[in-house]
Amino acid sequence: MAEQGVAQVWRRIRAMYRIEGNMCETCNTYYFPPRPVCPTCRRKGKLELYTFKGLGKIYTFSIVRQAPEDFKRQIPYVIAQVELDEGTRLTAQIVNVDPEDVKIGMRVRACFRKIKEFGSGGIIVYGYKFEPVMKVTGHE
Amino acid sequence: MSNNVAIAGVGISKFGELWDKNLRDITLEAGMYAIFDAGVPGADIDGMVIGNMSAGRFTGQEHLGALAVDMGGLGDIPAYSVEAACASGGAAVRQAYMAIKSGEHDVMLVLGSEKMSDVNQTEAMNTISVASDWEWEGMFGATFPALYAFMARRHMMEYGTTEEQLALPTVKNHANAVHNEIAQFQRAVPIEVVMKSGLLADPLRILHSAPITDGAAGLVICRADLVKKYTDTPIYIESSEQRSDTLALHDRKSITTLDAVVSSTKAALHEAGLELKDIDVLELHDSFSIGEIIITEDVGIAKKGEGGKALEEGITEIGGKFPVNTSGGLKARGHPVGATGVAQIVELCLQLRGEADKRQVDGAEKGLAVNIGGTGATSIVHILGR
Repeated sequence: MAEQGVAQVWRRIRAMYRIEGNMCETCNTYYFPPRPVCPTCRRKGKLELYTFKGLGKIYTFSIVRQAPEDFKRQIPYVIAQVELDEGTRLTAQIVNVDPEDVKIGMRVRACFRKIKEFGSGGIIVYGYKFEPVMKVTGHE
Repeated sequence: MSNNVAIAGVGISKFGELWDKNLRDITLEAGMYAIFDAGVPGADIDGMVIGNMSAGRFTGQEHLGALAVDMGGLGDIPAYSVEAACASGGAAVRQAYMAIKSGEHDVMLVLGSEKMSDVNQTEAMNTISVASDWEWEGMFGATFPALYAFMARRHMMEYGTTEEQLALPTVKNHANAVHNEIAQFQRAVPIEVVMKSGLLADPLRILHSAPITDGAAGLVICRADLVKKYTDTPIYIESSEQRSDTLALHDRKSITTLDAVVSSTKAALHEAGLELKDIDVLELHDSFSIGEIIITEDVGIAKKGEGGKALEEGITEIGGKFPVNTSGGLKARGHPVGATGVAQIVELCLQLRGEADKRQVDGAEKGLAVNIGGTGATSIVHILGR
């Protein structure tokens, strides 16, 4: 038996650390997290691994003010759906910005952060959050 | 129209934080009321279905089918337990409907039950959030209110829905619940109070959100040709439809419409041979006020984007053209997740039987219920007629 959370997080590390998903070469659609079957093409689909560029814009967001135990220390925090440039959306926190300044349509890029601790004394979960793009990085 | 299945009796427990009652107490209460209301001898019941979301996490008890049959003294009849998050109750009704329609069962007890107040607020929130895509939404910090806040924010941006409009489902549903003696909150709430209540996840506030509730509801349903044996006021299930959507909200093309609600409603109206204008009373899933606004549009009461306006115009009030959530809805009657879908059917039956007292919709003949799971990944629609 694995310690609580260890196997559950470990088996998803590639997707959570690198935003690795897949794309269907038949219909040219990108998926994150990677899907086992292309829901459009099904058995005609041809899925290949794809690492997302990690750039996109905010599709919608909220400021979380009441959170479960694992996230309590972070409130208030911004959670958003980010629409990646490949057209796929995912759910992630937005950091390095004043919550009041977050807007729909804001350009963001992925950054590597601690997500939470898996219960008290549990393993630390790392993965993607997003931050506003800055001119110095060349990402606009 | 397929009037093969009828509802002979209904029962419902008190809804609220019932600290003196456990899971089996409330489940038994609703079941007994339904059986007494139907006047059906226990020996005639040949099967039982119970809808429940998460008794294992809320109370530590699973295997609810066997528990309910045992506590009810129903002998060795088969007992089925079904789960579809907040749509578990609707799923139980539909499973029984299909079992009777198939000819396998003749008379069944349908139950929906949830005991939520035995755990603390945090654990209750964690348990509810597994109705979404826990690995890819919840684990990254998206609480259940935050997911509905995503929808609200987009709805406000795309259609100009206002904060006042966002408060209206709560105001209406609380006003309706004043006349419902089993409701958790039998008191009106002024709009200013809703709009100043604490923020859960901007722009959603605590009074936009259904509460944590203990409660159970039950129905006796049977072959339509048997129902007159038990009751003079039978209600018929004219159609039952269910559709699915992506588990994660971020996988949907649009998050201001619930595709599964649109398609299941359309199919249910078609199956019943009805149009929306034929429906007299509706119970729509208002776990968050934005949910009622979106579903009001998706069933066709208002055009897309004008759900808030329909509320302003009073179209969905008792006395309006399409009264919605006469019971008080999930917001004010309460939302014991597994019981909700059955409780909606109980309310529609009372309305169609003319037994809804001060919240009665005059002359109601057809009722429609929408029960959704998670953020709309399951949608179950029932149409009832008398």
